[in-house]
Amino acid sequence: MRWIWIDRFIEFESGRRAKAIKNVTLAEDHLHDHFYGYPVMPNSLITEGLAQTGGILVGEHGNFEEKVILAKISRARFEFAARPGDTLVYTAEIQDIRKDGAVVSATSHVGDRLQAQAELMFAHLDQGIGGKTLFEPKNFVFTMKLLGVFDVGRQSDGSPVTQPPGLRKWRAENDEPRSEPARRRVHRGA
Amino acid sequence: MHTKDEIFEKVQTALVDALGVDEDEVTPDSTLTGDLGAESIDFLDIVFRLEKAFDIKIPRGELFPESILTDAQYVKDGKFTEAGLSELRQRMPFANLDEFAKNPVAQEFGNLFTVDMICNYIGQKVAVA
Repeated sequence: MRWIWIDRFIEFESGRRAKAIKNVTLAEDHLHDHFYGYPVMPNSLITEGLAQTGGILVGEHGNFEEKVILAKISRARFEFAARPGDTLVYTAEIQDIRKDGAVVSATSHVGDRLQAQAELMFAHLDQGIGGKTLFEPKNFVFTMKLLGVFDVGRQSDGSPVTQPPGLRKWRAENDEPRSEPARRRVHRGA
Repeated sequence: MHTKDEIFEKVQTALVDALGVDEDEVTPDSTLTGDLGAESIDFLDIVFRLEKAFDIKIPRGELFPESILTDAQYVKDGKFTEAGLSELRQRMPFANLDEFAKNPVAQEFGNLFTVDMICNYIGQKVAVA
């Protein structure tokens, strides 16, 4: 199970602002328990989606040298429930960013209507706590590719956001060597 | 230019926003961790808000000194050494250390961080009317 609560980035201004969408669908298992007969997207998962939008924005700004985690939800307010068929547009804006962490203000809209707003605080962790690497950079970047960050991402000078150059080097140093794919036997009729 | 009252009001607002406490809970003598329930992540939030409110920069460790409690030179057997106290005086000229110095138990260190102490710190960084 992948814990990705946004579907695609539609805007990405490095270091400033990002917009991502989340489609709420009946194919999401938990909606059938939340609530039975009246599916409503849980506010906690909307908050998580806002945090992922903001967290990737903050992380990319630091070139993924710092690991970004959600540390504090200072404020979160929900105006109405999000239902299946809704497309939530999450907008995250960096209010403040420094070596220790960042403050992001975020909103969720359904069309023109403001559905939720939150103020989130992220903390930066070192690469390894006690020598252990918490997140592998390749997972982070893989997710960014999936979400289209490299398709829409722009630096402040208009140039595109590109994959961090260190990724290939990291893979060369750390990935297991790929084995040959097993040959498949095709049985032909006698 | 800020008056002392203005400084207190802005600090009060920052703490109310960061810690979710009521305005009347934030008095000059309130301790951050004891009375107002601040945790370590709140310190970062407080620093952000103070920087914004007063348009100043608060370098890491300047307001809330880090790693002083774990330095064996400064804290031994749960008490601050002479070297520790002099280090505190140097790093935190805005704090009132005289009472603390009489019985410098490391566990009580948190009680130094009062609202008044923050106001003094701000007062040293901005022009006071």
